[in-house]
Amino acid sequence: MPEENKNNEMKVVEDLTQSEYKWGFVTDIEEEEFPIGLNEEIIRKISAKKEEPEWMTEWRLKAFRYWKTMEEPHWGKVKFPKIDYQALRYFAAPKQKPQYESLDEVDPELLETFEKLGIPLEEQKVLAGVAVDAVFDSVSVATTFQETLAEKGIIFCPISEAIKNYPDLVKKYMGSVVPYTDNYYAALNSAVFSDGSFAYIPKGVRCPMELSTYFRINAINTGQFERTLIIADDDSYVSYLEGCTAPMRDENQLHAAVVELIALENAEIKYSTVQNWYPGDKDGKGGIYNLVTKRGACRGNNSKISWTQVETGSAVTWKYPGCILQGDNSVGEFYSVAVTNNHQQADTGTKMIHIGKNTKSTIISKGISAGKSDNSYRGLVKVTKNATGARNFSQCDSMLMGNQCGAHTFPYLEIDNDTAIVEHEATTSKVSEDQIFYLNQRGIATEDAVNMIVNGFCKEVFKELPMEFAVEAQKLLAISLEGSVG
Amino acid sequence: MIEIKNLHANVEGKEILQGINLKVNAGEIHAIMGPNGSGKSTLANVLAGHEGYEVTEGSVSFNGKDLLDMAPEDRAREGLFLAFQYPVEIPGISNATFLQTALNEIRKYNGQPELSPKEFLDLIKEKSEILNMDSSLLSRAVNQGFSGGEKKRNEILQMLTINPKLAILDETDSGLDIDALKIVSQGVNAFRSDDNAVIVVTHYQRLLDYIVPDFVHVLFHGKIIKSGNKDLALELEEKGYDWLTKGSLETQNV
Ligand SMILES: Nc1ncnc2c1ncn2[C@@H]1O[C@H](COP(=O)(O)OP(=O)(O)OP(=O)(O)O)[C@@H](O)[C@H]1O
Ligand SMILES: [Mg+2]
Repeated sequence: MPEENKNNEMKVVEDLTQSEYKWGFVTDIEEEEFPIGLNEEIIRKISAKKEEPEWMTEWRLKAFRYWKTMEEPHWGKVKFPKIDYQALRYFAAPKQKPQYESLDEVDPELLETFEKLGIPLEEQKVLAGVAVDAVFDSVSVATTFQETLAEKGIIFCPISEAIKNYPDLVKKYMGSVVPYTDNYYAALNSAVFSDGSFAYIPKGVRCPMELSTYFRINAINTGQFERTLIIADDDSYVSYLEGCTAPMRDENQLHAAVVELIALENAEIKYSTVQNWYPGDKDGKGGIYNLVTKRGACRGNNSKISWTQVETGSAVTWKYPGCILQGDNSVGEFYSVAVTNNHQQADTGTKMIHIGKNTKSTIISKGISAGKSDNSYRGLVKVTKNATGARNFSQCDSMLMGNQCGAHTFPYLEIDNDTAIVEHEATTSKVSEDQIFYLNQRGIATEDAVNMIVNGFCKEVFKELPMEFAVEAQKLLAISLEGSVG
Repeated sequence: MIEIKNLHANVEGKEILQGINLKVNAGEIHAIMGPNGSGKSTLANVLAGHEGYEVTEGSVSFNGKDLLDMAPEDRAREGLFLAFQYPVEIPGISNATFLQTALNEIRKYNGQPELSPKEFLDLIKEKSEILNMDSSLLSRAVNQGFSGGEKKRNEILQMLTINPKLAILDETDSGLDIDALKIVSQGVNAFRSDDNAVIVVTHYQRLLDYIVPDFVHVLFHGKIIKSGNKDLALELEEKGYDWLTKGSLETQNV
């Protein structure tokens, strides 16, 4: 390739890496904040503020005491300055009354924020079939369509309400998939979690609409610690969508969520995430640290959990949605697209733990790296001794844009049963100049050509997303790779 | 339509095109022949705007505009089409989606309304019937797993759908079986009109039985060393290139 041409390619890649974050606006409403720092008193205050029962307060405190004994993990292929946990604020809520009878009562500026984010909060929009539980910083401000869902016996509400109204379900399941002893961030979350979503689908019910949560981190120096718990009882089905955005800020913000899914006999949970948190600017300043523990337990026979994620944001992503396949014939799936650009770092993948007989897992991971970013896939497939007939298929594809970025694949296999069939395929490719030229020659500009090629690369994952989310994901991908070419 | 004057181009510092002169008018078909490595694909790529080739001298005017000044996608939108010698694969993007995007981009540029999905579908159905093309190829990823012949046919389908002003066909006949060659030639002949022009690059006289050229040019070492009418192709078929390349490099301009 001639020098000039190489320079051209570099230029395209550099331009592509200079898109601006479109959701970077700060909502100017009064927030109620706790003082900075973390101690037992703060935890009691969070718990009291949320009018939690004593058992919940105690659980938080136990988690906190455990967390204090732990060391922050550093095994991921991500580098970031040490987080000063005492310099963070652990609670921020819009200073408004916490309960709303209807959307009319919600702060108009807050609604405007959701509007800007394109969240279909208003009832008409919701009629499109999405029930939204919106988390603004730490408190749920609006939950729509609860009534329609209630008719079917489906519970969909902020987890803070579930703690008060459905303590038996919460006590039984919270921490049963991700115990607070699980890891550093899970322990921290268990101690200080602010809010999140709770869903329970009763026996034999097919949830008639997609359930959805949008997260947004707004206040300065607020760590956000959602806690989500979804339980699909026997023979039920639910599809859950999680979308995230955060405003642009110079300093890094921490996000350490915990998501627990439980699928009982013959139940199926589909959990889809589109995450476009602020990735930091092109010099690597600011951005969200997304350190999340997501895990699903296929408790019942013939149950199924699938995770689909499209990760385009955050400065640092550390995330391994996994499935514990306990029930016989249970199925776990992981479909992931992770895009990193500029100085973003992602270390993401999955854990599939085969315990029941004839359990099956599928892993499809697509990593796209541009700019100076680093993108790692880390996946564990574990087949325990009694998991006769376990099957796994993993495919990890990486696409590189330019030559300053990195892609890494770390597959871990722990197979303790001879009957297991485990397949792993991995590829690394580049967006080829010939492909771009071919599309150019058909009237398609370079930027659109790159988007098309990248979309094609991600197709197997996008097709797992609900329709409107897939469209959203394609747009996001375009935005995170866009620039002023030419 | 297109006028190429004294065109020189380099690849990695090596001069491949060494002064090409060629004028093609609307309604004409020109054939370019010449031994392997003589620069035929290079010429096609340079005209289409491939950034791997550096134009060092010369000019190209395309319908009155400076072609060399345009981005590759704008050349396409202005009506220049290249059927590639080696069409590339685009995994995950269906042939139909790709072609629809291409067509609508070109229409938008020319101030025409985009085609609705229905209109587009009718259009490609009509065109793929001309080429006897299996409709399953439309829903498959662009060129992925296509046989050599299917790829070539797919290039011609794109040409018929986009309906360019100037089509350059780079060895579209290679890899086609005898029946496919006839069908593809029929497609090209159906495309022909007084308003467009075709440049066919080929090694074989056989294609020119079906697509009858008005002019035949011989490219050698980056220069057109001989031009003539369709009989020149027959002569080449019979005698090869030696008699031309060994003797004086006399150029017969058209
Ligand atoms: N990208 C490139 N890098 C290096 N050399 C190149 C490149 N493209 C073309 N060339 C060289 O330029 C010369 C002309 O190649 P070109 O492909 O134009 O020939 P052609 O006439 O189309 O041949 P064929 O009949 O075999 O298709 C060859 O020597 C080829 O190796
Ligand atoms: Mg060639």
